[in-house]
Amino acid sequence: MGETPLLEIQGLRARAGDAEVLQGLDLIVQPGEVHAIMGPNGSGKSTLANVLAGRPSVEVTGGSVLYQGNDLTTLVPEDRAKEGIFLAFQYPVEIPGVANAYFMKAALNVARTHRGEPELDGMDFLEFAREKMKLVGFDEKLLNRGINEGFSGGEKKRNEILQMAILEPRLAILDETDSGLDIDALRVVADGVNALRSPERAAIVITHYQRLLEYVVPDFVHVLADGRIVRSGDRELALELEERGYAWLEDAPGETRAPL
Amino acid sequence: MSESSDALLEKLSNRDYQYGFVTDIDSDQAPPGLNEDIVRLISAKKEEPGWLLDWRLKALARFFELLEQDVEPTWANVDYPKINFQDIIYYSAPKQAEKIDSLDEVDPDLLATYEKLGISLTEQKRLHGIAVDAVFDSVSVATTFKAELEQQGIIFCSFSEAVGRCPELIQEYLGSVVPISDNFYATLNSAVFTDGSFAYIPKGVRCPMELSTYFRINAANTGQFERTLLIADEGSHVSYLEGCTAPMRDENQLHAAVVELVALDDAEIKYSTVQNWYPGDKNGVGGIYNFVTKRGACRGKRSKISWTQVETGSAITWKYPSCLLQGDDSVGEFYSVAMTNNLQQADTGTKMIHIGKRTKSTIISKGISIGRSQNTYRGLVRIQPGATGARNYSQCDSLLLGEECGAHTFPYLEVKNSSATVEHEATTSKIGEDQLFYCLQRGISEEDAISMIVNGFCKQVLRELPMEFAVEAQNLLGLSLEGSVG
Repeated sequence: MGETPLLEIQGLRARAGDAEVLQGLDLIVQPGEVHAIMGPNGSGKSTLANVLAGRPSVEVTGGSVLYQGNDLTTLVPEDRAKEGIFLAFQYPVEIPGVANAYFMKAALNVARTHRGEPELDGMDFLEFAREKMKLVGFDEKLLNRGINEGFSGGEKKRNEILQMAILEPRLAILDETDSGLDIDALRVVADGVNALRSPERAAIVITHYQRLLEYVVPDFVHVLADGRIVRSGDRELALELEERGYAWLEDAPGETRAPL
Repeated sequence: MSESSDALLEKLSNRDYQYGFVTDIDSDQAPPGLNEDIVRLISAKKEEPGWLLDWRLKALARFFELLEQDVEPTWANVDYPKINFQDIIYYSAPKQAEKIDSLDEVDPDLLATYEKLGISLTEQKRLHGIAVDAVFDSVSVATTFKAELEQQGIIFCSFSEAVGRCPELIQEYLGSVVPISDNFYATLNSAVFTDGSFAYIPKGVRCPMELSTYFRINAANTGQFERTLLIADEGSHVSYLEGCTAPMRDENQLHAAVVELVALDDAEIKYSTVQNWYPGDKNGVGGIYNFVTKRGACRGKRSKISWTQVETGSAITWKYPSCLLQGDDSVGEFYSVAMTNNLQQADTGTKMIHIGKRTKSTIISKGISIGRSQNTYRGLVRIQPGATGARNYSQCDSLLLGEECGAHTFPYLEVKNSSATVEHEATTSKIGEDQLFYCLQRGISEEDAISMIVNGFCKQVLRELPMEFAVEAQNLLGLSLEGSVG
């Protein structure tokens, strides 16, 4: 007790399209923690990510989501971003003609202004971005291309991680960022998350595979099924899932979190 | 689109027209109506030689024939009530000293007007590197940097002045690209044209600064019928820009201009337009009818004419800047952004007529429709039998914002030489919810996000504009972006 959780979700229900995808989800994320969320296709993993980021097509129908103690659901997406919520997209879109560098600089300066820091000019931004590009092995040539315009799948994911590194979010949500990546790109994703680890930040890593968790060691692993968290544990749970699949869990009683 | 996007579109639709003020200035006006007396009056005001008056009268006779045959063109995808040509005032000029030798003599109200439009004509504050000819209603009120240009043999002045200064050039080239009988509005223009700009770039000269004309319609019930003629002699190079604005008025005003360009061997003309005539209000009341004929002739070998236009204004735009690619290896280009909002209608595009061998043309057209507007691309690529090895590439993209607007594409291809290569690509898209959400998730406001996406969509065209205009064009598109061009 005492410390306010960074994120506190209780009984969350949400609708995407015609289906109620989340059906009473509970989750608490404390600052400094990395949570992995696993689960079969259609279990609601991406819907959870979209609820947190505020995607308009996902409707919250019940429960509560508190971020730093405040109701998150009333905030528009851009204000959530300003408050430090970052979503690494599962399918990053292409925005032709808008230079990647220009976009990132604009986003960074929004964040800096919000934090009361002075904006960076082009030169300072480039210097700052170069450091981060090294971290994620990002080809500088891609900086002046349109956002994700003609990028390969791996380049798009690296671009997401680069943006995350640049924006230094308080709560990073990675929506299957590791899917379809080779081992080198996987390491990049992991390095990106690990570099952000600090006592005041947290991450929710949504993944299909245990593989990523070899590089990003989570504090908690949760299994999502039918819109609820049906099992929580530590890294061992992920290994067990890999061995046994999800079927054995689906009827098991849920427990969101080991009591502290 | 989310509810907030709708609200934003609403805001975009209600964006104020910044240039809607009226300058209160005495003007010397002809009575409304179209007849021989008016044409004689215009010609006399401009102290024109007899041959030019005869040329005008011939055009007038032709126009009356067309009126009688009732052949006002109706093929464009635009809709407006029939124009009564007898209601229009064909000549209106601000009163000032008859002959002006220096800018100091220009009426301060006029200078202030251009100042307010962001165009400084006074010596100390002149736009760096741009020579400006300022046309107010029917006359040119000032041209800057004339003397500097003359040192290189470049003639840049109002059309009326050019008639007196270099009549042989006018006689040789006037109507040589757009003849009197070319089309309905070109015929009308030939009879009653008042002022416009003239430029001649001598052999081998690279014009050291941008030439530009700023057109302003001020008086009510008048039409503006300017005539612009640019001649680039062998091996010369010139970049020319034009901008246009008009006050907000409830009645529609007609603007029927003709622009003729001639490029001789190895010459290059780059012609850029930022058109922001008053578009009418939210309900489609008022606004300019912009019925313009623009054509360039690449007469010489390896000559090049490049049109770039950003069209955001006017109630109705009817305009097809075209290239006649006569010289072997000549090149024609057309880069266009047309943005329509509310009830605006635009039917715009180009004609590329390949006549010479190995002629090449590129067409990049970007249409953006908002509100209840209709946006049409209409283009013709014709490869004549002699145009061996000709090549064309056309790309027409449309972006829709909202549910009630329309985008239409009518590309015409006539290929009469089997060795030609012609490519056409077309896309229509909506600003995607996904693109918008991606930007929002990075903290970027919805307004900035739409601006970014629209600007990105237009980038291929905007980067063709000279720097000074690129900024103005972006602002015009409702965007306050830095750095995304280039």
